[in-house]
Amino acid sequence: MKAKEPGRRRFLKEGAVLAGWAVGAIRSASGQTPGSEIREIPEVPPGISNYGERSRFENSARTGAHTPFQDSVGIITPAALHFVNNHGFAAPEIDPRQHRLMIHGLVDRPLIFTVEELKRLPSVSRIHFIECAGNSAPAETGNAQSVQQTHGFMSCSEWTGVPLAVLLKEAGVQKGASWLVAEGTDANKHSKSIPLEKALEDVLVAYGQNGEAVRPDQGYPLRLVVPGWEGISNVKWLRRIKLVDQPYMAKMESMAYTVLWPKLEGKSRWFNFEMGPKSVITRPSGGQRLPSRGFYEITGLAWSGWGAIRRVEVSTDGGRTWKDAELQEPVLRMAHTRFRFPWTWDGEEAVLQSRSTDEQGQVQPTTAEIGRMWGVNAEFFQSTKTRVNHFNPIQPWKVTRDGSVHNALFS
Amino acid sequence: MRCFLNLLVPAMTVAMNVACVAAQTPTYNMGRTASQEEIRAWDISIGPEGKELPPGSGTAKEGAQVYAQKCASCHGPTGAEGGSSGDPGRPFSPPLVGGQGTLNTPKPLRTVESYWPFATTVWDYINRGMPRRQEGSLSANEVYAVTAYLFYKSGLIQEGDVLDAQNLPKIPMPNRNGFIPAKPERWWKPGIPSGDRSRTP
Repeated sequence: MKAKEPGRRRFLKEGAVLAGWAVGAIRSASGQTPGSEIREIPEVPPGISNYGERSRFENSARTGAHTPFQDSVGIITPAALHFVNNHGFAAPEIDPRQHRLMIHGLVDRPLIFTVEELKRLPSVSRIHFIECAGNSAPAETGNAQSVQQTHGFMSCSEWTGVPLAVLLKEAGVQKGASWLVAEGTDANKHSKSIPLEKALEDVLVAYGQNGEAVRPDQGYPLRLVVPGWEGISNVKWLRRIKLVDQPYMAKMESMAYTVLWPKLEGKSRWFNFEMGPKSVITRPSGGQRLPSRGFYEITGLAWSGWGAIRRVEVSTDGGRTWKDAELQEPVLRMAHTRFRFPWTWDGEEAVLQSRSTDEQGQVQPTTAEIGRMWGVNAEFFQSTKTRVNHFNPIQPWKVTRDGSVHNALFS
Repeated sequence: MRCFLNLLVPAMTVAMNVACVAAQTPTYNMGRTASQEEIRAWDISIGPEGKELPPGSGTAKEGAQVYAQKCASCHGPTGAEGGSSGDPGRPFSPPLVGGQGTLNTPKPLRTVESYWPFATTVWDYINRGMPRRQEGSLSANEVYAVTAYLFYKSGLIQEGDVLDAQNLPKIPMPNRNGFIPAKPERWWKPGIPSGDRSRTP
């Protein structure tokens, strides 16, 4: 008891200072005389930190910068668990007071904004997923055990910022501008061309993530959010936007992030923007174990870069029959959609999988269907060392009779 | 280049209509005007026509020295080897030359020589992103020289050829026509098209 007192006394002292500030503020606002208002500061138990921490019994964490979806609930990824792909470069440490965003090129008024100025402008908050084009790439993850490894190169946050369209209007986009080049402050000044049409549609210059400032690994203090498009377009540590008359063929669009389909006989597709319709069961999922037969809620996430998820179907018998899952409301465009499906495990072997349909009627494909698109058989994806981007097949998890759950994509 | 621009016309037409809407007077008068000096200092973007390439020049012979000092430790003695960068964040540095004729095989080798469609991208990326941990430290002449070295090793120019802002964008890259547009279309199942907007080159 005695040991506690100094802390409590200190708290009361600080509280009194705080209270004085609050009373002063009210007094000046209302013109009341000193002492006419006494505010009671609620007592806070000792041990409350100023920036909260989770229970010491919770240890869900990133591995390899992948989000641990096996532990996820709802649709928001905690900022501390958001996946990170900085292409090997460290996040620059940026003082937001020193940071500037320049908009120039084919504009009437080339402008430089401070972060504070951007925060004065009309803002929006939108929930969107960001998915790396290489998420689920089979060469790296096809035989991986957990959903964290197979699908963890994506995350979903509430992003707050200024619509890029507002900034472009301030600068006055000139006739002839059709693309813009966005550039970051990281060591290699990551650069990406984005069509003006998309920029005016829904792109954000974001400074907020899940109710606080964007995390350093996510682009602090400013990043682009390009809803539904390959992660590489969502330029972090944003410092410059140049309006131009054609794509500028930066490395990340003219050679990296192109796909070399065997069907194209040595040619590649480039400027692959929207991430296709996709879904995955997060629980039960690979590496988990069902302790006994009985009831389990099957739950997972569905998303599409082309808009909203309209439907998720779940199969518990290896794809012979499919039933509609319940979608968590509200269902948002280019955002994770949580689905739920009641299931009773009878103790026998079972294969669980989900299949999403988006607002455009596009259905998540099987591995064999993606193979037909590429001009290969499904086995190709099991053995390939080629980069396979935009890999969005139906993901099967096999529950064995001992209750253990395994990745069954290639078995 | 003409072919390339023709392909872009539909995209530009669509975008220009949109752009006319955007080109209005400012509403909030936020931010300050960027000076020409500031724009020159910040703008390192090099487009595929090379309009922004700075003055300067270099030969493969000069570039060999730059390469040996600044590049070989990661990409290998001649650029054909690739190697370890010693950087855990990005452990493998790819080979930069070779690989022509491999794109339509089970083991495609994607290098500057075999894959990169624009010479300007090579200049732009070396200038902004190389060498590792000293990004942006090369002078314009050094970037021209080391680019010339890679093009010489790729058999695209002669050892004594002087590469500069005028001739660099015209270097005929072997895989220049190796890409097809990924215009929005139905990849997965038949249904209602999401729009026939051809936004890509």
